Amino acid sequence: MSTRTIAGKTVQMNDEGFMTNPSEWTREIAAEVAKEEGLPDLNTSHWKVIEFCRSDATSSGKSPTLRRITTATGLSTKEMFALFPKGPAKKVAKISGLGKPEGCV
Amino acid sequence: MAEETRKVAFICSKGDLDMAYPALVMGWAALGNGIDVTIFFTFWGMDMIRKTRQDHLQIAPVGNTAMKLSMMGVKGMDNAGIPNLLGALPGMTAFATKLMKDKMHALGVPPVGEYLQMMVDGGAQLYACKLSVDMMGLKKEDFVDGVIDIVTASDFMDMTEGAQIIFI
Repeated sequence: MSTRTIAGKTVQMNDEGFMTNPSEWTREIAAEVAKEEGLPDLNTSHWKVIEFCRSDATSSGKSPTLRRITTATGLSTKEMFALFPKGPAKKVAKISGLGKPEGCV
Repeated sequence: MAEETRKVAFICSKGDLDMAYPALVMGWAALGNGIDVTIFFTFWGMDMIRKTRQDHLQIAPVGNTAMKLSMMGVKGMDNAGIPNLLGALPGMTAFATKLMKDKMHALGVPPVGEYLQMMVDGGAQLYACKLSVDMMGLKKEDFVDGVIDIVTASDFMDMTEGAQIIFI
């Protein structure tokens, strides 16, 4: 476990680069992490997914899997891979200040 | 310079319901980790991509020494099997299949067809084996839309250069 300063804020982060305290997250952090993940311009669709993941994690206590995201938001798998290429669920969890999604589906 | 993307390729050779899932689960996990996925369907594995077959795969209790009564909900029967003679009774394969499908459904695991479509949407590339296709007298139209082409074993070797290959 270590700390990192992102967008002017010091946050707790694990070895895999996932924030461990979701309450330390800010939208500025999201934008900064997204840039590092190869997404320099977050649009409204990205934010819709990020906000869903944040609220879903608040109620369930864990990051949603990709299937959970597509089922709940109505976005297709294709759209999710287009929005967050190469591992959508992991990428959006990182950007949203949440832990790594668990589960095989 | 961007690092090279990891690649994994599955060869699916079985048409049993339980043997369909390893490639689906691992392939989906691979896509979720940003890994390129190619799947080559050969022999009975082609049932996973045949329009008329993919959602009718079954699991048979006959000759399956690992399938125990405890899986059928009988408590404390971890080592009591289903006698082959019983497994051979009409309806037993359908029963075992329904049981497995129900358990998968309860865990939120999609059926084979839907799962494969998710993978295609996530970028997985599906191919059918030419020799098996010729042997079984099939055509490209017999396969679901996600199947890109019918290719030879040699083509498969070419397209999976540098990939980790998993045979199922």
